[in-house]
Amino acid sequence: MPLNWDSFKEGDELPVLKKAPGVSQLVKYAAGSGDFNPLHHDFAFPQARALGSIIVHGRFKYAALGELVSNWLDHGGRIVKLGCQYRGMDLPDNEMTLGGRVVKKYEEGGKKRADVELWVNNAQGKNTTPGTATVEFRE
Amino acid sequence: MAEQFEITPEMEAAIGVESAPWTYEVTTTSVRAFARGVGYTDRVYFDVEAAKAAGYRSLPCPPTYLGTPVFIPGESNDTFSGPKNTGPGVKHGLKNVLDGGTETEYFRDICAGDTLTAKSQVGDLQIRESKTTGKMLIVTTVTTYTNQDGEVVAKQRGQGLFY
Repeated sequence: MPLNWDSFKEGDELPVLKKAPGVSQLVKYAAGSGDFNPLHHDFAFPQARALGSIIVHGRFKYAALGELVSNWLDHGGRIVKLGCQYRGMDLPDNEMTLGGRVVKKYEEGGKKRADVELWVNNAQGKNTTPGTATVEFRE
Repeated sequence: MAEQFEITPEMEAAIGVESAPWTYEVTTTSVRAFARGVGYTDRVYFDVEAAKAAGYRSLPCPPTYLGTPVFIPGESNDTFSGPKNTGPGVKHGLKNVLDGGTETEYFRDICAGDTLTAKSQVGDLQIRESKTTGKMLIVTTVTTYTNQDGEVVAKQRGQGLFY
């Protein structure tokens, strides 16, 4: 069901999205995004050897936060701004729990908008990828 | 990274210089490939009829996807697929790169069938100390995407961390 402006309030949490991308999923992401940095699929790549593993693309986590918000909106509203910072590395096959919370619901210049804070918690509960989104609803 | 690394006037001269334009295509196949790569199960990103029922012209771009750069051997970056040599660039000589963060502002919906033109510029250069990698050069790049009707559809800021 598309999200309706009247159906949520400040403090509400978005439905959680869990991801544990393995090498095959990261290869699909590389093909879909065009980012073929070997750091995300080749364990023999010098930078991966130095770090001890390949790592999940930061942009994969960014896109997954987009999926989290898209699933919540279910096309009832649109994203006008989406950002995140890659503070910690995530490893393949490790479960990430993506979540978000509505921090502000407001009308601005005749537009109905909400600000959402976002996170990607690793298996140890550390938020590796804090983010924010602003969404806008049709009349 | 070298301990003595610093931002030179030559690097600073690259700030604000707009790159040559490059074409990014949004097609039904490219939208599906991206959505599949992220792991979407929402049919709207795969099935044109479902997309139309949800109010879109065709498959919409999933969040963070802004088209696939046209790949031309020799003119495109073989690793990251984007254009190379479209601007002055920041010649820092550092071998390793990590992604620091990304922010996208959307001004209009982008759907399969759209062709976007991207122009980027270096917005800022900074040096930061990292516990893991030592001294890093942070390059903030701003890319503006314009559609086939001349409308600015999105603006993206990205931070590259070089060490």
